[in-house]
Amino acid sequence: MHTAKPAYDKLIFELSRPGRHAYSLPESDVPVSDPAQLLPEAHLREKPAELPEVSEVDVIRHYSRLSQMNYGVDTHFYPLGSCTMKYNPKINEDMARLPGFARLHPLTPEASAQGALQLMYELAQDLAEISGMDHVSLQPAAGAQGELAGVLMIRAYHLSRGERRTKVLIPDSAHGTNPASTALAGFSVVELKSEPNGDVDLQDLEQHLGDDVAAFMITQPNTLGLFESKIHQITEMCHAKGVQVYMDGANFNAILGITRPGDLGFDVCHFNLHKTFTTPHGGGGPGAGPVGIKAHLAPFLPTPVVIREDEAYALDWSRPQSIGKLQAFWGNFGMLVRAWTYIRTMGPDGLRAVSDNAVLNANYILKRLEDHYDRSAPGPCMHECVLSARRQKKLGVSATDIAKRLLDLGFYAPSTYFPLIVEEALMIEPTETESKETLDEFCDAMIQIAREAQENPHLIHEAPVTTPVRRLDQTGAARQPRLKWTPPPDRA
Amino acid sequence: MANVPADLRYTKEHEWAKLEGDKARIGITAFAQEQLGDVVFVELPKMGTKVTAMKTFGVVESVKAVSDLYAPLSGEVVEINAELPKKPEVVNADPYGQGWMIVVKLADAKEWDSLMSAADYEKLVAAAGH
Amino acid sequence: MRYISNTAAQQREMLATIGAGSIEDLLSRIPTKARLSHPLNVSAAMAEADLVRHLRRLSSRNANADDFACFLGAGSYDHTVPSPINHLISRGEFFTAYTPYQPEASQGTLRSIFEYQTMMAELTGMDVANASLYDGASSLAEAVLMAHAVTERNTTVLSKGVNPLYRQVVETYVEGPGLRLRSAALGDGATDLDALRKVVNAQTAAVVIQYPNFFGCLEDVKAVGEIAHAAGALLVVAADPVNLALLTPPGALGADIVVGEGQGLGVPMTFGGPNLGVFAVKQELVRRMPGRLVGATVDLDGQRGFVLTLQTREQHIRREKATSNICTNVALCALMATIHVAIMGKVGLRKVGELSTAKAHYAAEAFAKIPGVKLKFSAPFFKEFALALPKSPERVVKRLLKDRILAGVPLKAFDRAYKDCLLVAVTEKRTREEIDAYATALAAAVA
Repeated sequence: MHTAKPAYDKLIFELSRPGRHAYSLPESDVPVSDPAQLLPEAHLREKPAELPEVSEVDVIRHYSRLSQMNYGVDTHFYPLGSCTMKYNPKINEDMARLPGFARLHPLTPEASAQGALQLMYELAQDLAEISGMDHVSLQPAAGAQGELAGVLMIRAYHLSRGERRTKVLIPDSAHGTNPASTALAGFSVVELKSEPNGDVDLQDLEQHLGDDVAAFMITQPNTLGLFESKIHQITEMCHAKGVQVYMDGANFNAILGITRPGDLGFDVCHFNLHKTFTTPHGGGGPGAGPVGIKAHLAPFLPTPVVIREDEAYALDWSRPQSIGKLQAFWGNFGMLVRAWTYIRTMGPDGLRAVSDNAVLNANYILKRLEDHYDRSAPGPCMHECVLSARRQKKLGVSATDIAKRLLDLGFYAPSTYFPLIVEEALMIEPTETESKETLDEFCDAMIQIAREAQENPHLIHEAPVTTPVRRLDQTGAARQPRLKWTPPPDRA
Repeated sequence: MANVPADLRYTKEHEWAKLEGDKARIGITAFAQEQLGDVVFVELPKMGTKVTAMKTFGVVESVKAVSDLYAPLSGEVVEINAELPKKPEVVNADPYGQGWMIVVKLADAKEWDSLMSAADYEKLVAAAGH
Repeated sequence: MRYISNTAAQQREMLATIGAGSIEDLLSRIPTKARLSHPLNVSAAMAEADLVRHLRRLSSRNANADDFACFLGAGSYDHTVPSPINHLISRGEFFTAYTPYQPEASQGTLRSIFEYQTMMAELTGMDVANASLYDGASSLAEAVLMAHAVTERNTTVLSKGVNPLYRQVVETYVEGPGLRLRSAALGDGATDLDALRKVVNAQTAAVVIQYPNFFGCLEDVKAVGEIAHAAGALLVVAADPVNLALLTPPGALGADIVVGEGQGLGVPMTFGGPNLGVFAVKQELVRRMPGRLVGATVDLDGQRGFVLTLQTREQHIRREKATSNICTNVALCALMATIHVAIMGKVGLRKVGELSTAKAHYAAEAFAKIPGVKLKFSAPFFKEFALALPKSPERVVKRLLKDRILAGVPLKAFDRAYKDCLLVAVTEKRTREEIDAYATALAAAVA
């Protein structure tokens, strides 16, 4: 029995008291204010919506207490592989809140939104330079939407050439959004086997390439954190069969200023601004997933495209071959401001230092842990490393158990069970913003856990015990889903 | 020690079938439920649905995984287990008994002969490194 | 470099531990011909003060709603954003947290999403709401795909009252699956029920209406639902949740799926994004829903706790058979909305609706008195209306900018049939003074 009980376990509805309020609205200053006099009765709610009635103090205290139940990058080391949980600069937040940005309506006449359009244009140019691509669309709301846009553009490209290609090749090490986005675009997914270190199996690729294949989608570096060194050969093989090559940009943090997808032969890549470019994760979003393309795909870009004519910026809607739109307006502008600010804060040397230090930090962890956990592949890694808890599993300690024990030791856990091709995978991405001291503390904790797995696995199985709640019944949650609060019977 | 009843036949996708006259009762094996973990939901076809051998007829979900259910034999669904929506855990507790999923009226009795025997299925499970 | 902690000395120590001479040694897998031979050609690094100065300048070139009276709508609205929201969402534990896959370390996010789901279900009148999708338009697209999967039919009918930008997004999403879209015409501002009946048939997966619609008009949701259900199709309603504290919720009028744009619930307009996609369904459709869902459960000690649940629907498990490809939701925007609804509350949110519609009606009446200016439609409207102008709406808009008024959205770009029309939105934030000034300026502009 542990001692740390959650000190706070309320939902806002439970704080509600009839008659309390937190809002402040001016009185009506127009003659007729009664909606019954303005609207047909059938359209008016009979009973008010059952929403909370709380004071401002209740709101501040409640949500502040809730925040204290979270681990964030601001408070904890967050080595989640493939997520790039780097520090979120506060100047980005200030700039996104400038009234000229935050208080700007998307349908403001373009002549009166030049500052916003200029920022978008410049960001697109920066991302194009960083990736070696010819054009960038800033519209997709997240990486998965960027993937969808990219695959739809590839589809449109083939159709424009009179070719109906129906398949997309994706390695078994890929992130789940890759096959999901591909299926959404109407393609059938053909899964290719990776080598054990995540490399592309060239023979398998060769066998599958054909004129019914629209695209090959890979992550570079791959999802085991290794750079696919045969990349030029791969893109050449694909192009020889008319197959377009797509790069999932989730691991861009490894290659800033070092190499560029456009120089490796990729036709399309997407960016995750909430990974490499520091826009905050926010507890699960919003993100932004711009997509970069080579010139031959330009006719198919989502509309509208931000263009510059002489000294003025505008939204160009006359794109007859465009794949269409992914969200109502022009992109997650608030995240674009943050990314623009970050790129200008870092400059060329700063961006290079990002990847250099990301790679250094990941290799340092790999070296310190390689005697205690199985490596998933030989050789240096890039910005993340994948370990296997195979040894520990034989002692009855799984990757999940290790993750939970880390929470008790003051760290957020690495990613677990991804990529699927590594048994008991632990994917660790420290990012460049962590210090050696933090990495050492983390490695010490991981080594402690490896020892505990041999000497005292009970500690690990019980974990976590210091968090606001202990391990939760996921099965019960899925069997009897309770997806909203309902008042207890005596308060109904 | 694998739990593979001798009087049933099996598919390589880990379904079992029990011959009942001109019908067959169908479910998933002990190995399958163990691999899945706690079953949280089973999606079954409606009565009267035509199923085809080795094509999917439904879905079984656990917390961390979801698997398609493949029909061992072709035919028409004449019974579905009404307990499963309420108590999916029965698939874990009693996969060969109360955890049955559908009963199919066979379209082609000869298909029974192509199914794996208990001995062959046991070998398959052993090879899966269990 | 203030975001990178390691000094040169520490880098050397780490390289020594690794057994590498330099960071270059760690990049050995990258073929030489792939390596950039020069630094990236992006702008040089700027010190913070210079950056701030530069961005303030860029920001000042935009006509924002603090300096101009904003009568723009069409899917983004200048509604009240109470002061506590920004303070709370700026807490690092909220905005720098990750998706709550490790629930023990994410109860803050999970609980607030559970509250959000509850509030959206209540406002829409539906059984279950998800943890949010990207925006109203893509939520609608997801609803159309879901209706197709559930009914196994391949055509969706969209009323011409649906926001044209939403329709474009739906068109993009149905391209891959090869679904068909058909239209139902409007009759004087709202969906023409006879026209709808003619176009709905046994191939229709869903009928989609917007409520209030793109032109601000109130639709007869119940009647449309009856036509849809009679043909075995689902009713999908796109609605602004801000309005639903006052208006009858679509769930009470027969909707099977409700989607919408939640931006008006405390999310800054920010030139169109990020937004907040609302998605809510009836109980029997819960397992077909896209997006994340938070559920209540207990921990090993029997203590209440919250987790992401029904995850097997999602891409990270189901992969190509997932209900959608969505990974991120818009958690921080959902948190803004949760806090907004908590602050506005049962009484306040209804008041927002009352004030918005009262002021919109006052404005419509004042503008319609101007010679040559007419309300385009006679259907009842809520907080938005289309004006038919005797002069080019684009010119009128340009003229009124000089009076610091963002007059409305000219509709020609959306549909040439409405080239003489201007879409005007009036929220609770517009004062009588602002509305009167608009009327004066408008009268001068069309004289």
